[in-house]
Amino acid sequence: MNRSMWGAAFAILLLAIALGVVLPSWVVFLLTLGLAKGLAVLSVVLLMRAGLVSFGQALFYAAGAYAAGFALRRAGIQEAFILLLIGPLAAMGLAALIGLILSRYREIFFGMLSLAFAMAFYGVLVKAYDITGGTDGIGIPPPTVLMMPLATDRLRLFTYYLALGCVAVMLYLIRRYAHSPLGYATRAVRENEVRVAYLGGSVQRAIYLTYVLAAGLCGLSGVLVAFTVGHIDPQLAYWTTSGEFVFVALLGGTSSVAAPLGSAILYEVIKSYAFKYAPYTWQMVLGVIMLVIIFFLPGGLWTLVERAPRSRRGQEVQG
Amino acid sequence: MNTLFIILADGLVYASWLFLIGVGLTLIFGVLRILNIAHGSLYALGAYVGAVLVIAYFQDPDRWPFASFFLLLVAAILVGLVVGPPLERGLLRRMYGRDPALQLIVTYAVFLILEDLIKVLFGVNPYYAYKPFGLLGNVSLAGVNYPYYYLLLLLVAITAGVLLWFFVNRTRFGRLVIAVIHDAEVSTALGINLPRIYVTTFTLGVILAALGGAFTAPMIAVVPGIGVEVIVLAFAVIVIGGLGSPEGAALGALIVGLVRAAAVHLVPELELFIIYLVMAIVLLVRPQGLFAQAEVRRI
Amino acid sequence: MRAILEVENLTMHFGLIAAAESENVTVYEGEFVGIIGPNGAGKTTFLNLVTGYLRPQAGRVRFRGRDLIGLHPNQVTALGIGRSFQIPQLFAGLSVLENVLLALAMADGHGGDFWRRLHDPARVEEAQRLLVRFGLNGHAPRPAAELPEGGRKLLDIALAFALKPSLLLMDEPTSGVSAAEKFALMDTLVAVLRESKVTTIFVEHDMEVVRRYADRVLVLSHGQIIADGTPAVLLEDPEIRRAVAGWG
Repeated sequence: MNRSMWGAAFAILLLAIALGVVLPSWVVFLLTLGLAKGLAVLSVVLLMRAGLVSFGQALFYAAGAYAAGFALRRAGIQEAFILLLIGPLAAMGLAALIGLILSRYREIFFGMLSLAFAMAFYGVLVKAYDITGGTDGIGIPPPTVLMMPLATDRLRLFTYYLALGCVAVMLYLIRRYAHSPLGYATRAVRENEVRVAYLGGSVQRAIYLTYVLAAGLCGLSGVLVAFTVGHIDPQLAYWTTSGEFVFVALLGGTSSVAAPLGSAILYEVIKSYAFKYAPYTWQMVLGVIMLVIIFFLPGGLWTLVERAPRSRRGQEVQG
Repeated sequence: MNTLFIILADGLVYASWLFLIGVGLTLIFGVLRILNIAHGSLYALGAYVGAVLVIAYFQDPDRWPFASFFLLLVAAILVGLVVGPPLERGLLRRMYGRDPALQLIVTYAVFLILEDLIKVLFGVNPYYAYKPFGLLGNVSLAGVNYPYYYLLLLLVAITAGVLLWFFVNRTRFGRLVIAVIHDAEVSTALGINLPRIYVTTFTLGVILAALGGAFTAPMIAVVPGIGVEVIVLAFAVIVIGGLGSPEGAALGALIVGLVRAAAVHLVPELELFIIYLVMAIVLLVRPQGLFAQAEVRRI
Repeated sequence: MRAILEVENLTMHFGLIAAAESENVTVYEGEFVGIIGPNGAGKTTFLNLVTGYLRPQAGRVRFRGRDLIGLHPNQVTALGIGRSFQIPQLFAGLSVLENVLLALAMADGHGGDFWRRLHDPARVEEAQRLLVRFGLNGHAPRPAAELPEGGRKLLDIALAFALKPSLLLMDEPTSGVSAAEKFALMDTLVAVLRESKVTTIFVEHDMEVVRRYADRVLVLSHGQIIADGTPAVLLEDPEIRRAVAGWG
């Protein structure tokens, strides 16, 4: 990234920090939610760059949120920064196990299997009423910051800055990853698995690593959303949550690291306004916007997303 | 022994329902190669239209009650004919051959639109169309009361399955459909009218989805959102059976129905996600499903 | 001369079709071996078996004494065997330079590096040098998908070559390349390969190419090696020419 891009990024960061104090509280809430969920959308994009569409990211999103929830409510761990670590770690632990299975599949089967795991987790969250509170969920009290309790009027601003900080750090890390050999190798897996193997690379390993990394992002997202909303419930693991992440990911396209964040924020804003003015039709509005973009935006966001036509991907090697 | 019988009965009933909600989806996938996320909303539409027709019908208490069953069938066909062709011709047709992820997004958008359209058309209050449910009376099996309506459901499922089989395997049109399933490109080269096959098959799939919804309407409170869980259940069933295979949908429905019934009576904690467990197991052991059709990419 | 590849009794049947039938051959270091045969003779299958893409039903393959049977292509590649394909296997969406950079990174064992840049200056320089040798440096920043057919072939081979293999397997390097470009392509290739002393086995359809560039030729028919010798002698033999009917 050259000087001018760093400068622009820095300027945006400063602007974002300033906006936190300037904008009305409910706007800050929306921005925070957008940033937080944007990380989950980013995880979907990460997997898409490897050629995989996951319909089960909500699993890690919920796992992160509930891990933080349990730590807060049952284990008495109140420190925000520790909770921010617990969520992703729990999610990555889960992914390390599930990834062993999932990394052997592609396309529809990968999507369906990831969906199955997420829905199974949803079932557990609902049924294990005594532990998880069932469909009522768990309330998330405000965490402490560096061991100090947070004043309630400061909570919203703090959560916003927390989300902003996490996003900034994650964007940097993901960007580094994207420019590294592993980042390119993962893209190469999407382009041509056979060639990757014939360069000595382990395709399965690349996918497994990407899967675990993506899970970590989702787990972090879950913790942040738990802080922002103050309440978690099994809906976090439902297929529509995963679907929402995929939807937003495709809105922004997969070619840039920051686009998922932008589209996530935009989505939350649109959703909020749409819900306010058209509570029974906001989904319809969203769906129509989506279709309009797909069909009428000439070569719009989609050329970034569409992979090369079948004939150019990993050709049949048999002679 | 009693419990076994109950599990069998429960399982069969649930299996019939699962088959009805899954077979349309698998048919559409088999021919059009699109996973139709809007499937659940089509089911819901069938339930709503069915409920509306039944409620309107029984406004006059002197009417022959058993005609309400035919009304449910009419509802399904109505939904299919009204929604099917415009959806396929207007929207899906432009998406063939494009990135599958993009196709999913389009059907997801349609799902969102239909869910709200239902609210706009029918409102958010529940519809109760339970008259047909009690019409046939109950039967006592192993000490449990089963409405004969469940038997009707089973009959509807079996009939739909048999008719579909007949249509695909014994009619000329059905043969064309099979050809398209095997190789769309070659079919076009042979002069088969692909667009006509696509729109007919899609409409048939919508009718089947709506059929499931229509015959479910008398059993539930018809409210917005009933289609949401159906989609993922239907997916699970057809994945187990093999994407694109109606026979697979039948077998998958049977397996899941029986396993779930067993879970409900023996290990209730597993009830909610037993279907996904079965799906995961099948995907691990035989990823293409029990009746292979889609190829599996495994390294 | 040391043996680099020893193939014993290699057998592979696809149903009733014998793609490989008790193939026996030893290739020595520094050799330039051509494999010819009619369509369906099993030439590509041979390469697939040696590199682990297929597992034979019988037989052994040894690379510098090391048994290859049961290894996956990525493991075989890591041992020092590079391969190019009949239909070039490239990363179409990445630039030509990035294709080579990735190959170099993976060859150096840095394929799993997630912190440092792929476009490391030293690596970029090495990649550019490689591209110059293969005549591709003009296309470096463009997506690999935009290369002309001959360029795609060259890049495919360059990727295999970037791994600094001891043994290079090429599947029809000149197929799909116009008659005018064929020999220019091979001249470039052979010069690079001989200079780096890479043992090469290449499958070819074009008899002229084999005659001009191979030290030794294997003739395959119905999965069997029916002849093994110098091109000058073998390619004059009318029996051989009949067996390989269809070339010219």
